[in-house]
Amino acid sequence: MTETLMAYDDVLAAYDPALGLEVHVELNTASKMFCGCPAEFGGEPNAGVCPTCLGLPGAMPVVNGKAVESAIRIGLALNCQIAEWCRFARKNYFYPDMPKNFQTSQYDEPIAFDGWMDVDVDGETFRVEIERAHMEEDTGKSLHVGGATGRIHGADHSLVDYNRAGIPLIEIVTRPILGAGERAPEVARAYVAQLRELIVALGVSEARMDQGNLRADVNLSLSPKGSGVLGTRTETKNVNSFRSVERAVRYEMQRHAAILSGGGSILQETRHWHEDTGITTSGRAKSDAEDYRYFPEPDLVPVAPSREWVEELRGTLPENPTARRARLQAEWGFSDLEMRDTVGAGALGLVEETIAAGAAPQAARKWWLGELARRSNEDGVDLVDLPITPTDVARVQALVDEKVVNDKLARQVLEGVLAGEGTPDEVVEKRGLAVVSDDGALGAAVDKAIAANPDVADKIRDGKVAAAGALIGAVMKEMRGQADAGRVRELILEKLTV
Amino acid sequence: MPEISRDEVAHLAMLARIDLSDAELDHLAPQLSVILDSVASINGVAGDDVPPTSHAIPLTNVFREDVVVPGLTAEEALSGAPAVEDQRFSVPRILGEEA
Repeated sequence: MTETLMAYDDVLAAYDPALGLEVHVELNTASKMFCGCPAEFGGEPNAGVCPTCLGLPGAMPVVNGKAVESAIRIGLALNCQIAEWCRFARKNYFYPDMPKNFQTSQYDEPIAFDGWMDVDVDGETFRVEIERAHMEEDTGKSLHVGGATGRIHGADHSLVDYNRAGIPLIEIVTRPILGAGERAPEVARAYVAQLRELIVALGVSEARMDQGNLRADVNLSLSPKGSGVLGTRTETKNVNSFRSVERAVRYEMQRHAAILSGGGSILQETRHWHEDTGITTSGRAKSDAEDYRYFPEPDLVPVAPSREWVEELRGTLPENPTARRARLQAEWGFSDLEMRDTVGAGALGLVEETIAAGAAPQAARKWWLGELARRSNEDGVDLVDLPITPTDVARVQALVDEKVVNDKLARQVLEGVLAGEGTPDEVVEKRGLAVVSDDGALGAAVDKAIAANPDVADKIRDGKVAAAGALIGAVMKEMRGQADAGRVRELILEKLTV
Repeated sequence: MPEISRDEVAHLAMLARIDLSDAELDHLAPQLSVILDSVASINGVAGDDVPPTSHAIPLTNVFREDVVVPGLTAEEALSGAPAVEDQRFSVPRILGEEA
């Protein structure tokens, strides 16, 4: 079904958007939230399970202390209060992805609440208020068979793997973000990107959106401009990249506006984001399904973190993101614009790691915001999800610095790494990309170029050194780009000038 | 005293994915009402000074070390499953909802 959309500028003229983001972070603990099964997903199906995470009768859960520690550290990094006493709760629903028929979560007593995070959007700061961060467990993974492409419609039955059931999750919920106006889509993207950066700095999750370690749900509503009355919201799920967060917000703004301006009303429902087509489709209406009959989990005792423990964990926090950005900008000597572009592209951590791996700051920035940003746009994936590491990028720059390859060949090396051909050195080797700086081979090519362009050679002999460019071009062509241009120039001048 | 209506029982049955006929609803709704009434008699004993209690023992912070311990093999895990396919639990088509 194709939805009617309103042009974006018209949406802004008539409505104010209100955003809300719920981000699930899968922790990188060794074991699950309530049992000793490995917190790893993707291995042999149903080989990482036990009576507790299968919900077998009589099994008793016990809380993973490390997961509580990670939850508190996330809460503190988001400037939250940490509960002095809180309980887990059962969220009851009957669906095969949770064999217990409930998900162990937290309800009205989250471990962390009332925080904020400052988000930079093109040099402007938006303060995003955090309502809560609570602990819960992940669900099993269903595979729908019998229908087309694994989707549920038309499926005869579903196959469930419970390896993921019980992996610790932290759900971070914002308060409604108001006043972002036309920049609502960018604010949403920047929030998720900078939250990810914080999670990475804390070291509590792999935080890869493409792997589902970090998942965003986007709530959006519109209110008539200036009315200050919140409209009915929709919740869009499955938004698995920064880019998609931005696109999903924009799409929902345009969809809501078209319905509202036509006199219709928004149905409060879950929407599903489709990466390929860039649209959302209706999931389920929330009214009935939202009845979870929460009650305190009787099998788990309350969590009451001592203030001493909380303060000890506060001492382990990484530098706050605003201070970190300021420090890195000073260290790297980036202009405000360069820094803004780096943060905006979600490349701060990548550039930092590339520099740590030996590249000069400007070189690191050039690759991530140039060639690699272009590739990420073309492929529709976030920079962090490109199949290349900061170490690879630093090595490519080192190959340029060592004059093994020139800039042009370096791009082919990156292409090879992205295509899965191996490390930068392996790509150079396999594709035969190293430049020739051997004087014998270069000298022959230079002689040939001089012979073929006698008029140019004469100009150089007459002292017009600038004309050497034409000969360098001819040599590069002869050598199929694999020549050290600096050395070629030297050879030409040696041969033609006294 | 709480009274549970037939409609509420029907709603709960829907949430629990239990398919109840009209006759079963007529039969069960009054029974559930009696059970709730019986449990509610506790209200008569607890005074206003007794806070709602979820845990009988005043214990907090029972934590496990973050260590992997062996669980079940896939074969053991699936041994009680009514249907298995591709080493996964096979369940009926999921009712009219997206995963």
